[in-house]
Amino acid sequence: MNPSIAKALACFLAIPLALSAAPSRAAVTAIVHGKVYPVSGPVIEDGAVLIENGRITAVGPTSEVHPPAGAPVYDASGKVVTPGLIDAGTQIGLVEVDLTKQTVDSALNVNDPIRAAFRVVDGFNPFTTLIPITRIEGVTTVLSRPDGGVISGQAALVDLYGHSLHDMLIKAPAAMMAHFGTGDDKTGNSRGGVALALRRALEDARFYGAHRSEYNTNQSRSMSVSRLDLDALQPVLSGALPLLVEANRSSDIEAVLAVAREFGVNVVLYGAAEAWLVADELAAEQVRVLVGPLDDLPSNFSVLHATFANAARLDKAGVEVGIVSGSSHNSRNLTVEAGRAVAAGLPWDKALAAITQVPARALGIASDYGSLEPGKVADVVVWSSDPLDFAGHPDAVWIRGHRVPMTSRQELLFKRYETLDGTPPEYKK
Amino acid sequence: MKRTLLLCGLTLALTAGCTTLPKPATRAAAPEATAKPDQTGFPTQPVAYKPLPSHPTVIRGATIMTATGEEIANGMISLADGKILAVGKTVEIPKDAVVIDASGDFVTPGIIDPHSHMGDYPEPSVNAHSDGNEATDPTTPQVWAQWSIWPQDPAFFRALAHGVTTVQVLPGSANLIGGRSAVLKLVPGRTAEAMMFPGAPYGLKMACGENPKRVYEDEGPSTRMGEIAADRQIFQQAREYMQAWDRYRKDPDNEEPPAVDQKLETLAAVLRGDIFVNIHCYQADDMKRMIDLADEFGFKIRTFHHSLEAYKIRDLLREKGIGVITWADWWGFKMEAYDGIVENLALVTRDGGRAILHSDDPLGVQFLNQAAAKAMYEARRHGIDISRDQALRWISANVAWALKIDDRVGTLEPGKMADVVIWDGDPFSVYTHAREVFIDGAPVYDRDDPSLQPESDFMLGQLPPEVTQ
Repeated sequence: MNPSIAKALACFLAIPLALSAAPSRAAVTAIVHGKVYPVSGPVIEDGAVLIENGRITAVGPTSEVHPPAGAPVYDASGKVVTPGLIDAGTQIGLVEVDLTKQTVDSALNVNDPIRAAFRVVDGFNPFTTLIPITRIEGVTTVLSRPDGGVISGQAALVDLYGHSLHDMLIKAPAAMMAHFGTGDDKTGNSRGGVALALRRALEDARFYGAHRSEYNTNQSRSMSVSRLDLDALQPVLSGALPLLVEANRSSDIEAVLAVAREFGVNVVLYGAAEAWLVADELAAEQVRVLVGPLDDLPSNFSVLHATFANAARLDKAGVEVGIVSGSSHNSRNLTVEAGRAVAAGLPWDKALAAITQVPARALGIASDYGSLEPGKVADVVVWSSDPLDFAGHPDAVWIRGHRVPMTSRQELLFKRYETLDGTPPEYKK
Repeated sequence: MKRTLLLCGLTLALTAGCTTLPKPATRAAAPEATAKPDQTGFPTQPVAYKPLPSHPTVIRGATIMTATGEEIANGMISLADGKILAVGKTVEIPKDAVVIDASGDFVTPGIIDPHSHMGDYPEPSVNAHSDGNEATDPTTPQVWAQWSIWPQDPAFFRALAHGVTTVQVLPGSANLIGGRSAVLKLVPGRTAEAMMFPGAPYGLKMACGENPKRVYEDEGPSTRMGEIAADRQIFQQAREYMQAWDRYRKDPDNEEPPAVDQKLETLAAVLRGDIFVNIHCYQADDMKRMIDLADEFGFKIRTFHHSLEAYKIRDLLREKGIGVITWADWWGFKMEAYDGIVENLALVTRDGGRAILHSDDPLGVQFLNQAAAKAMYEARRHGIDISRDQALRWISANVAWALKIDDRVGTLEPGKMADVVIWDGDPFSVYTHAREVFIDGAPVYDRDDPSLQPESDFMLGQLPPEVTQ
């Protein structure tokens, strides 16, 4: 469904690589002798990745990659090298403590179910303690998404390293977030009401796009949503901005597909607990699906047929499947989600792609992210062993070529309390 | 592994005395209609549960993880009459035994979850199913989880399929005193009573910190100090109630029997030490205040649940003999969970405390082995040498201790109930599945046999027959 949007993306990409000059970034780093999974191609048993000025400049057998003389070399012998992981299902930067409202900026809590103009990036906190704990476990890029309403607003994509939002931002908006399922008081308490709200907004936005000058001179018909919402929906209608729709019941997924066909929007499904029941339709329409967190509980009437095999069955049917953590504080468990998908039948290489290449494609950043290839942004992780199993953990992480310090607030708490030796822990920093 | 017990299994395999552990007399008694209030406080669960039929079974070729300090490569385990008969490198194979070749597999005790809301907050999660918090009064020791449990909760069946054989179902944490727990075996049962672990002691659920003061923000207690005051008030009443009954029992001819109070019945049983105490608590300072409360009124805290800051006072908790029940990696969902660290279990374990994993979650309960794996490998990454056996104990032996059923389950030792899991690989790998589960020696789940995959009534017919999985 309109996968070719690279041209339109050019205006959204805002990667200020040239502007950040942190001391942790050596101009050149060579990672050598690792088992390299480029994702875009076959595994390289004794492989090397060359990083120069924040980009990957070479990937191949160690014998064929020649770093400049004197460049720092990281020996990854016995280790596994992958692209940095992408979690397309978080609210990192938008929530610090869930139950403490003043630390939560993920939703525009208004009555109107259409909140397309709401931009989470305006509330993004680059110093959230969730960032260090997430990136040292190998997740280097996240989508921070809004929630609430039918159209929740605009999600932002960030790399998890930097001094400021300016340093970290990849693009905003990166997706328009929407939800399709049971209705509430604002949508007439029915699924049809949710569909109505969605269609009405898209229809108004389409009319507005074609009659902008009339609208601006008060000669247009009335609109159900504000001008800012109508503006925000234009790139969705053009296909430039993916409409990321959380929908779980298989019938909800079919309803979303119908709306997508009607308006020609580039839909990516999110959550999609029962997507396996309509896998053939999804494959035929080439809709990407970001599943997760994996579950097998009928925890509500929209997910009665949730199964851990969801990703595996979608993949088997030919659907491109990504996996999200669905978590913010534990986005770091993205690898566990992928591992559980493997345990339920998804091939291992597909599981790795599901947390790298597929979300990059779904969010339109595949030219820069999601695989280890020359020219791509240098988000790279070296793992002690299999990244999807518990024994494996990152030994080194690079984000945009910066070697990430392997610390976090939790690591500092651990060190402070590692020994109880009589000294008040408060003096240990 | 204790050699004497092993030998016992080998040589006296068929004698009853060797396969049945004596039960403490106080726990053997089931409550009867004639039991007098406060005579027992009904401290033990009923014995309505009947084990499913079993057949003598020997599992061989597997790595046996006993949770007693030993991991036996290419070992054998023999089950008979609902009990573990023998464990070792080789064991005698009874003539009529079913022999399971489990080469390459792993065998562990059944996994136990000490903190579950399966049954009292069942799936699907709808208002009609919301039976876990009697949030009408901050102190409700008179409510019992078993009165809320829906045995058809589909989550029970999912947990069983992931190697979980016993759970403690607790009332929620809205209240300072939430009520009594129910310890269940995860066998299908038409009634809650049919699932209850026979004769297990009852536990009490208490909570401190953010939850009760949030729920009772308007009517109070609305502060931490208000919570402690309310706790002291009701325990004072319980003490006086217990003393009144003691006076009456000492001299029933001359004393009038006190009026029965259902709230204080349960708390009097707590003060007598007949009902053990589980307290939901996150912060170190909150835990210390609950220890002071227990000391003042003379009861013992068996375990703190959640306990994210246990690592900060692990010396005190060890000294008090209080078990630390927690998650591997949950943190940050509220202020009192902000300092959770993944090394919590490992620090408590390393320094001599008793660490235990819980789920508090119908999905998490399916992956307690994976939570243990995560905490074990993270500990090693941070220089704390946690053995595989120690990690296994977090989800088996130590949990049995927490629920005071460690004389019956939690390890693979002769005489214990034959609650056993065969895994198709290392249970500390994400790729591993529970292949076969036994409860009291009976096969209750088999990954390869649809006839041994129980399912809830609720799930029947939810998909039309033309849809195949």
